[in-house]
Amino acid sequence: MTEMAGTIDVVAAQIGSGRAGATSGDAALSVRGLTVSYAEKPAVFSVDATFEAGAMTAIIGPNGAGKSTLLKACLGIVPRLSGDVELFGQPLEQARHRIAYVPQRASVDWDFPATVLDVVKMGLYRSVGLFGRLKGAPEARARNSLERVGMVGFADRQIGQLSGGQQQRVFLARALAQGADLYLLDEPFAGVDAATERAIVDVLKTLKSEGKTVIAVHHDLATVAEYFDRVFMINVRPVAEGPVSEAFKAETLVAAYGGRLAATHVDELALAGTRV
Amino acid sequence: MTPLLDALFLQAGYNAALVAIGAGLLGFAGGATGTFLLLRKRALLSDAAAHATLPGVALAFIVMVALGGDGRNLAGLLLGSAITAGIGLVTIQWIVARTRLTEDAAIGAVLGVFFGIGIVLLTVIQTMSSGRQAGLEDFLLGSTAGMLRQDALVIAGGGALALALTWALRRPMTLVAFDAEYATAAGFKVSRIDLIMMLAALAVTVIGLKVVGLVLIVALLIIPPVAARFWTESVGRMIWIAGAIGGVSGYVGAAVSASAPNLPTGPLIVLVAAAAFVASLLFAPVRGVAAALIRQRRFKSRVHHRQGLLAIARQEPIREPFTLRLLQRENLIRADGVPTEDGRAAAAKVSRDERRWDIARRIHQDAGLTGRYDGLTPIEDVFTADEIGEFDRRIGPPVAVGG
Repeated sequence: MTEMAGTIDVVAAQIGSGRAGATSGDAALSVRGLTVSYAEKPAVFSVDATFEAGAMTAIIGPNGAGKSTLLKACLGIVPRLSGDVELFGQPLEQARHRIAYVPQRASVDWDFPATVLDVVKMGLYRSVGLFGRLKGAPEARARNSLERVGMVGFADRQIGQLSGGQQQRVFLARALAQGADLYLLDEPFAGVDAATERAIVDVLKTLKSEGKTVIAVHHDLATVAEYFDRVFMINVRPVAEGPVSEAFKAETLVAAYGGRLAATHVDELALAGTRV
Repeated sequence: MTPLLDALFLQAGYNAALVAIGAGLLGFAGGATGTFLLLRKRALLSDAAAHATLPGVALAFIVMVALGGDGRNLAGLLLGSAITAGIGLVTIQWIVARTRLTEDAAIGAVLGVFFGIGIVLLTVIQTMSSGRQAGLEDFLLGSTAGMLRQDALVIAGGGALALALTWALRRPMTLVAFDAEYATAAGFKVSRIDLIMMLAALAVTVIGLKVVGLVLIVALLIIPPVAARFWTESVGRMIWIAGAIGGVSGYVGAAVSASAPNLPTGPLIVLVAAAAFVASLLFAPVRGVAAALIRQRRFKSRVHHRQGLLAIARQEPIREPFTLRLLQRENLIRADGVPTEDGRAAAAKVSRDERRWDIARRIHQDAGLTGRYDGLTPIEDVFTADEIGEFDRRIGPPVAVGG
């Protein structure tokens, strides 16, 4: 245990030095001193993090490392024990309309009386208000979002009839309809088919090319280097942060995942990382 | 039957008409409001609130008598019931937030304790004063005897309020019921929306106490939306269908009760709603059991139809009796199992479509199109004529199927 803590300290020192060189872009999302705890066990402890605007960042770490909790705490979905959150330099509540959140698809009951188009329109509830019209321009906008994820033919389908990958695309379309600047995704590739994974990556890369910021909790270490340009590695405490080529290395992976990742696997992944 | 018909057509006197209309309005408000309780999975919470009204009714009676007033003043009793129901809800929230108990345990505990206190207080009242307390027991199972015009107005006003809240907040309440985390992230105050939803349900509960009774009022909030769910896949329509089912149940139940004064009103209303539920469960075209059975049978027939034709195309024997009967009925095979002219043509088409799908999957990588391949959707529904022409060009000329 003490050995483990020691490793983290060493790498944390490296993060400190690395961050000085990575302040070129503005921060889309920054958190300071963020701690979240369930009962008295911290799920996320004392996290300082800066997510660069216009980048695609993967949040990675082992199971139970607090990846999803970090995202939810930033959005106020789970209460913060301490720490504050800024979006584009403003307090969270003032800039909330600039975020779109894509939750894990397993977090909702899909046997809900709604069609695909109904769910995508939920992304417009905030902007049209309680009594604003959802037909006309807003509906066209919702359909356009479905078009972007290749689901426009499913608009009138009941959501209970969708496959896992289609459910994920609908959630992404709902976020797109919001027209946000920052997209926070919680494991968007978990349990989806290969075609959906490609479609989602394409949409995310398009968002980046439009100058949007993408932050995703990601599980599959093999695709980190291919899909993302930055990583934020966490195991309750922050472990490493920076461009994939710098922060996604054998030593940071060992620090984050410990013995749970076979040494050979680490080499392989670190190689994939350095190729970029 | 005549007294019932009179009551149904508002011919059984001014008071009976008043009661039927009041109960109908109550039922409508209950069904519409209950839609979101059901979707948010809060049905039992409102049952706990309903049972927690009893100590409030009893305490309000005691206080009003002690102050020298009329213990049966309806406004006073309803105010008391709303207060203890609110305390019950807050207690449940506190238990869930501060202890390791789950919500169902908290609901059970609060429901039992508050109802128990209420029953004890009712007994105390019976020993305390004589005669004047008669009628408090009606709050348990509901009664329409002696309902006044102002009571009906209270129901109409409270019901309209609950309905207006539900309608005005249908979008945020839909969002919170479907995906509370997303709603929070988008900036909706989930706890405030939940509170308003519970207030609307509480309003229906309190105004319904006298007519339906606290034991069964939850049924008026839950059964109509459950029944409505069988008829629609849209929240917007579900609100109005549930309201209509609740309204009819309230109206008919109260009319029956008026024509047979010995029967308690609440249980009658709930039984009418339950009949609507059973009818919906069985016969609703969208999610009803009968519709599902018919769809399943049709699907089975399509599967066997296709399998049989493929067997003919491959010149294999058909063994399943169901397939044989099906194809015989459609004159695709003769009684001795030999394919007819039509049967051979249909088999050729099925086997050709199979090959078209093979090509389609190679050409179109789009899962949105080829993902619709299930062997049963006609290929003409998925691809245009010129696309199918392209598949045929790659397959080559048609091949005759022998028989």
